[in-house]
This record gives sequence, C-alpha cells and structure tokens, in this order.
Amino acid sequence: MTREAYNTAELVTVMSARVLEDGKIVFGGAGMPLVSCILAQKTHAPRLTILFEGGVIGPHVEPGKLPPSTNEQRAARRANMLLSITDILLLQQRGYVDYGFLGGAQIDQYGNLNSSFIGDPDNPKVRLPGTGGANDIASLASKILVAMHHEKKRFVEKVDFITTPGYINGADSREKSGLKVGGVYKVITHLGIFGFDEKTRRMRLEALHPGATVEEVVARTGFDLIIPKEVPVTEPPTKEELRILRELDPDQRYTKAKEE
Amino acid sequence: MVGSDGEVGRAGDPPFFPGRSVRGRSPQLRTRAKMRDYIQLREAMEHKDRGLREKVMSLKEAIGLIRDGDVVAAGGCHYSRTPMAAVWEIIRQRKKGLVYCRSITSTEGDLLLVAEACAHFVTSWFSPGVTWGVSRVMRHYMQEKLAVFEEWSHMSLGLRFRAGAMGIPFIPARVMLGSDLFPRVPMKEMECPYTGEKLALVPALNPDVAILHAQKCDPYGNVQGEGLPFMDNDIALAADKVIVTAERIISNDQVRRNPDRTTIPFFCVDAVVEVPYGCLPHECYGQYEPDFAHMDYYVKLMMDKGPDGVKEYLDKYVYAPESWNDYLEMLGFKQILRATVSGRGVYND
Repeated sequence: MTREAYNTAELVTVMSARVLEDGKIVFGGAGMPLVSCILAQKTHAPRLTILFEGGVIGPHVEPGKLPPSTNEQRAARRANMLLSITDILLLQQRGYVDYGFLGGAQIDQYGNLNSSFIGDPDNPKVRLPGTGGANDIASLASKILVAMHHEKKRFVEKVDFITTPGYINGADSREKSGLKVGGVYKVITHLGIFGFDEKTRRMRLEALHPGATVEEVVARTGFDLIIPKEVPVTEPPTKEELRILRELDPDQRYTKAKEE
Repeated sequence: MVGSDGEVGRAGDPPFFPGRSVRGRSPQLRTRAKMRDYIQLREAMEHKDRGLREKVMSLKEAIGLIRDGDVVAAGGCHYSRTPMAAVWEIIRQRKKGLVYCRSITSTEGDLLLVAEACAHFVTSWFSPGVTWGVSRVMRHYMQEKLAVFEEWSHMSLGLRFRAGAMGIPFIPARVMLGSDLFPRVPMKEMECPYTGEKLALVPALNPDVAILHAQKCDPYGNVQGEGLPFMDNDIALAADKVIVTAERIISNDQVRRNPDRTTIPFFCVDAVVEVPYGCLPHECYGQYEPDFAHMDYYVKLMMDKGPDGVKEYLDKYVYAPESWNDYLEMLGFKQILRATVSGRGVYND
C-alpha cells in the first residue's frame, strides 16, 4: 500500500480530529486545534459544533481563510449566533461543552499546562502571552484534548507555572481544589496518544503512531510515563484526511512541520 | 466562610484592586486602591448627567475626560474592534499611570507601554496575535519588571466587568481554582453556603473610564454595535465614564426605528466621537478587516528592534500626524480599501 507522506504537525492534527465525536460541542482554539475541528467536521463528524472564545457558535470557516485569532470576524462567518465572551465561556459552566481543545508551551505528568512563564514566575526567563480562555476551558469543559509536539523540554515533570489545570498534583487534587468536573482526556503528540491513570492521574501511553517507538517516547519525555505491556498502533493519516487538511491550510500556516 | 487574606495574594502582599490611584508616583509604588466602595459608586452615578442630551465632541475633548492614573477599560478583543483612535489620542495627550484593562491585549498594549502611558495591564493574553509570535516589547517590560501584567482568565475578567455592571462585589465561579494564576491576583475563594463546594469569588471591576468603538452611535450615546459583542456591554455599565468612538454617528430617529439593535443605552455614555476607521490597523466587524500589511510591518519593526522600534513607530504614526485622518492617509488608500472590501464580505455570505 502506498502511503502519502505527512509531516509531524499534520499527523497531530489528523489524530486529534479523530478523537472528536459527531454531534458533540467543542471549544476550538486558534491555530492547529481549529484545523483539527474542521477536519473532523469534514470527515466523520459533520454535526460537530465548534465554539470560539471570541463569542462564536457554530461558524463556517472557509478553507484557506482560517482566522489567525478566534476573536475576529473571519472566525464569526456564517455562525449560528454571536455571544459576548463572558457568555460563551459560561456555556461551559452550565455543561454544554463536551470538548476543550488546547495547546501549551509545557505540559507535566498530571496534564497541567503552562502558557504564562518559562522559569521562575517572579523572575521569568520568558514572559509568555498568558492564559486567554485556556484556564476557563480546562476548568469547565467535560473533556480536554491537548495537542503538542513531543519534546523533552515541553514534557516536563512539573510545569514552571500552572496556567491551565490538569490533575494538579494527581489523585483527587483536582476535585479538592474545587474543579469537580473535567480534566485532561487525551494528549496527542506526533509520537502517540496519551491518557491518564484513573487513580493516580499520571500520564499513560495509550497508542503509538506508525513508526514511533516506546524508546523514542521515553527519550522525549521528562518524567516517568505509565507504559502498558501492549501498546496499539494508530492507523496512519489517510489520503482523504490529508487532502482535506491541505485544502483547509494550503499555506501550512498552522500545520507546518515543527522545527527542533 | 470567606478565605482569610493570608490565603490569597503573594505572601505579605495585601489584596488590591485597581481603583482610583495616587498620582505622581511610579506605577509600581502606587498605592493599590481597594475595591470600589458601593456607596461611592452610587454617588458617582447620581452625579452623572444621565439626561437625553447631545454628547458629540472631538477626539481630543473626549480623551480629555481621562485623568492620569485612571483605570481604563477598553472594548473589543485582541485586534478586533480595538478603540485604537482613543488609544492613539491617549498617547498623544501624554497620559500617565493608567491601568489598562482589556480581555485580550494586542499591539495597542506595546504602544501604551513604550509611550509610558501605562505600566499596569489587567488582561488575559498580551501579544499581537498567534501567528505573529510573542511580543518582544511585552516581554521586555514584564521580564525587566518595568510594568505589571495582572493575568486573569478570559472568563474571570469578563465576570469582573459583569459584577461591576451588576453592582455586586463578586460573582462565584468555577474557574482559576487550583491554578497558579489564582494566588497572583486579588481573588478569594469560599465554600458555597448551599452546597459546601469550593468556589472562586471573582471580584467586581468598575473602571473609571471605558473606551469603546462601535459601528454606529447616535448623538445621545445610543450604541448600535454589530457582530461580536466581546465584553463591551458589561464594560459600559460597569464604568463611571464611557467614551464611544463610532464609525458613523446616526440620528436618534434611526435608533428609534430599530431600538432592538441598541446595545448600550444613551445614559451610560458621556462622549460620542465620529471616527471613521477608528480601529485601524485592527478590524471593525462588517466594516473592515485588519490592515494585515500594516500589522506585518509593525510586528516586524517591533520584533526586530524592540522598544526602540516602537518608539520609531510612535514618532511616525502617533505623534507626527496632525489628525487621525492624517494617520489614515499614511496607511494608504489602497490598503484601507482592501481591508474595507474584505471586511464588508460578512454581508455577502
């Protein structure tokens, strides 16, 4: 069987899209998450509704015109409704939103994300742009998907700063902090798909992408992963998925191969 | 029931709220005022002239209503419906010590920093935009501790304005809990008296002044906003003073024909200024998309040269032009036309 070549960002986008179920509601962030959501709509999930934190319910995003921000009019095109930012984010608190879709500069073994500071927050090496709606989405949506490039400097034992809570310190610490619902459902990287142990809430390898090895995953992860004896391998991106993906993002603004 | 002061804020740092600030001191040393007192808020409202009257004035006069040290909330979000002309005039009038509050802060934040108008930002995200990378100017000012970036989640900042609009001191919510954002901002948590659940108490934010840009407004201040509402309506109700810049001033008769389209009532508003293309190089829904070429130019200058690049930009595009229209002329007719044609596209779908 001939396989179409794909880059690592395309792989992550396709694998993330596959997780999204039809008929559900997803909060999509700008960039790659948005491409994944639309790809899901155009493949197996035509009744998937996308929300943007800019205040958009169910937009129709045109191929090749992906908005660089979800807070602007391109993101609002042919939507079902436009709401204030506060109200659209509050929909999650009521329970309307099944999936939140996030990225981050750093993730740790409990799925906490950092998009605020690299280094000591009081003396940071880098001040990052901040949470935006990520903290709200991760606190309130039923299931969080995190899509990231798999690098040791990004997969750290403990994030420098919890901007966006996963399972905090593991076990029941998320619930105890007041976050009664939600949590990170899957982490999707260019090497595999990861979930979290139900008790300890530590990250667990759940599947490898074609060609990836457990050794590579371990080498690129800065903490001890739970690795089961048998690890299934995902189906590679299909020609159809890649065709749609490249139509959506023809200039590879959001699905360019990650430099290392 | 309510957490003690020791449970929130950095150790030894009393909870603070942006409010009326002491003038003539550096922003870092400024006394951080307490949450606005309810009786004082009501008194300010009582003294506000809420009659149905004309409020049309020049940009200069309108921005003259802002005092040094004021807490200023801006409408729009990111590079959308930014009250750019108001920000531009704030810089030209050399305002000092402002606290700038906005859902997401884009390039206008760099300008306010370098112009030394503002060294305290209350926002959820601060950079030009995802595809343009992290602002080098924001990084410089925040990493060198020349300015404060008070980081709230998007929704909690929205709830702060809503609580301010509702005239209550806080709104309970299920966000920011368990994160490292929580202890760095003046917020408390409580056990719900009904359910015993742990809740974040998002404190009200009542700005001194709101600067908002809209597509249409009548001379009395009835705003008819279109497209994405962002947080504008709550901001208008929460603030003491409201300055509206509009693409078009329409007649009050036109408002009365479609009162269902009014998004902010006249009695909130203190100044109405007609400023066509008042968001450029950012966008205004249904009117124009961003001037992406100018944004690319600005971001390159800012990323290449840092604050010096922004100084260069301020000299050329903010201080030098005689008027906003002169500034628009510098952006160029063809670029503005391109932005306009694509901006109007929403009405062709």
